Amino acid sequence: MALDVFLGLLTGVLQEGFVYGIMALGIYVTYQVLNFPDLSVEGTFPLGSCVAGVMIASGLNPWLACMAAFACGAAAGGVTGLLHVKLHITDLLSGILVMTALWSVNLAVTSGSAVTPFYNQPTIYTSGPAALISDSHNSLRALVVAFISCLFVKLLLDEYLKTKSGLLLRAAGNNPRYVVSLGKDPGNMKILGLMLGNGLAALSGCILCQREESADIYSGTGMIVLGLAAVIVGVNIFSGIRFLRSTTAVILGAVLYRGVLVAALQMGLPTNYMKLLMAVLLTVVLVAYKTVPTGRRKKHVSRTEV
Amino acid sequence: MLVERKSEPLLEFRQIDKTFHSGTVSELKLFDHFDLSVPQGRFVCIIGSNGSGKTTLLNLLCGGETPDAGNIFLGGREITREPEHVRSRRIGRVFQDPSLGTCPQLTILENLSLADRKGKRYGLSRGVSRKKIDEYRSRLELLKLGLEDQLDLPVANLSGGQRQALALLICTMTPIDLLILDEHTAALDPSSSENVMELTRRFVREKRLTALMVTHNLRFALAYGDRLVMMHRGKAVLDVCDGEKNALKIHDLTERFNEISVEDGNDV
Ligand SMILES: Nc1ncnc2c1ncn2[C@@H]1O[C@H](COP(=O)(O)OP(=O)(O)O)[C@@H](O)[C@H]1O
Ligand SMILES: [Mg+2]
Repeated sequence: MALDVFLGLLTGVLQEGFVYGIMALGIYVTYQVLNFPDLSVEGTFPLGSCVAGVMIASGLNPWLACMAAFACGAAAGGVTGLLHVKLHITDLLSGILVMTALWSVNLAVTSGSAVTPFYNQPTIYTSGPAALISDSHNSLRALVVAFISCLFVKLLLDEYLKTKSGLLLRAAGNNPRYVVSLGKDPGNMKILGLMLGNGLAALSGCILCQREESADIYSGTGMIVLGLAAVIVGVNIFSGIRFLRSTTAVILGAVLYRGVLVAALQMGLPTNYMKLLMAVLLTVVLVAYKTVPTGRRKKHVSRTEV
Repeated sequence: MLVERKSEPLLEFRQIDKTFHSGTVSELKLFDHFDLSVPQGRFVCIIGSNGSGKTTLLNLLCGGETPDAGNIFLGGREITREPEHVRSRRIGRVFQDPSLGTCPQLTILENLSLADRKGKRYGLSRGVSRKKIDEYRSRLELLKLGLEDQLDLPVANLSGGQRQALALLICTMTPIDLLILDEHTAALDPSSSENVMELTRRFVREKRLTALMVTHNLRFALAYGDRLVMMHRGKAVLDVCDGEKNALKIHDLTERFNEISVEDGNDV
């Protein structure tokens, strides 16, 4: 019996970890690659949920909803970038402005309701290829869908970071002067990276809410903390392992972080203290890894890694 | 060496004014109707005491600063108000700080691949084209630093001298009108400095570049280039070329420096 419970919890942790992992990959792009502390994620994550919720509730295809969520997140990230690059507002403030504005935007999307349920509508967990697995293996099916989605996003991101545009994006985060000397505007690369990062955050929100079959406007709270913890834990803890790419490490970081939270809840921590615990955990992570010199930090992606 | 001297100079500063902190007590009128023109194919060394305006001159040229008045022309086109990254397409620059001329996190190969696309589109095709590796290897061999065997090493792991040599290679890889060297050996140990200066001479000669080099090393200023400009308080107080420059001795330059310091009221 105990094993059953444990396996159930493990499936849940992995499933959610992989979904949050997609958002963590977005934060990896903005925070780690671009060196941009982007707070707009707290607004773009629920934006993805709300857009998907409204679309699926009105009977639209859930995969289409995923693409729309990504596009909306990217547009919002683009606004953050424009505020910072064109209007010279600081990175933190640009994020705060967009996050605040998105609160109203999200409410407008859902026509004013905080929760948009879409029970029994087809979602990516129940329709399409997922229908190959029977309803009786419900949670396993969810895990498979989450895993494949996350893997797909990771592989695409890995490929992108190896293209010319991807290399230039990495250069823009590492040495903007170098990008200038190549005849390109590093500001444009920042905007592009913020679009990508927030697109992924919205996609993550969209995939998460489809599992719950309802979109929650409050779901964004704590996403920065979760994403940052995943990135920092991933890049630092797992960077010791050879042949492991940073993107993989970030996803493992998200799973691990999720696991610790669920473990704490299982050990009797009241749900109300969840965000407090999230913040405490990130604080511990920040303090623990502050001493790692940047020179020892993992380089981004190399050919020989997973 | 055959250098075509066109009637129109390659680079021209015309009547440049630049004042810092204008309207405050610390107002500093650095350039006042400053003129300088450099014909195609010249290698100009610029020396001068601290605060004489050398870096500001390069910043005006590259777009980091905008003049209050006056015009800057490069290759017959006015660039006074062109954005920095647009000008960079025709200018190569090596900075004093070795970490600025390359991207430390990327490998040597990735840096070269990026530089190879300068001025072109950076799209979704493969960042590193394997077909070009042999070409990059043979270019790196010119540096004689063994970098051709370390293509997959992040540039962060290289020494300052290696990085400056690589930066030099990178910014002369694509066709440029003008090479700018901003005290590019100042952060290096003596033997790396010599090496980088020799490479500089070779690249400038082989690619027939027009170059502007700011240096604090008077010996380099005399040994390299075919024109020497000494700056003081935003003015060119000495401007000699060819035979006249070759006749100069370090002693002559230090004497000029001392005169200037006395003018400034400094102890020598
Ligand atoms: N951005 C700036 N703001 C204010 N003053 C400046 C700025 N840049 C340069 N200056 C001043 O202009 C003078 C010339 O500086 P600079 O061009 O750096 O001289 P150099 O490179 O010859 O040592 C100095 O007095 C310096 O303080
Ligand atoms: Mg200077």
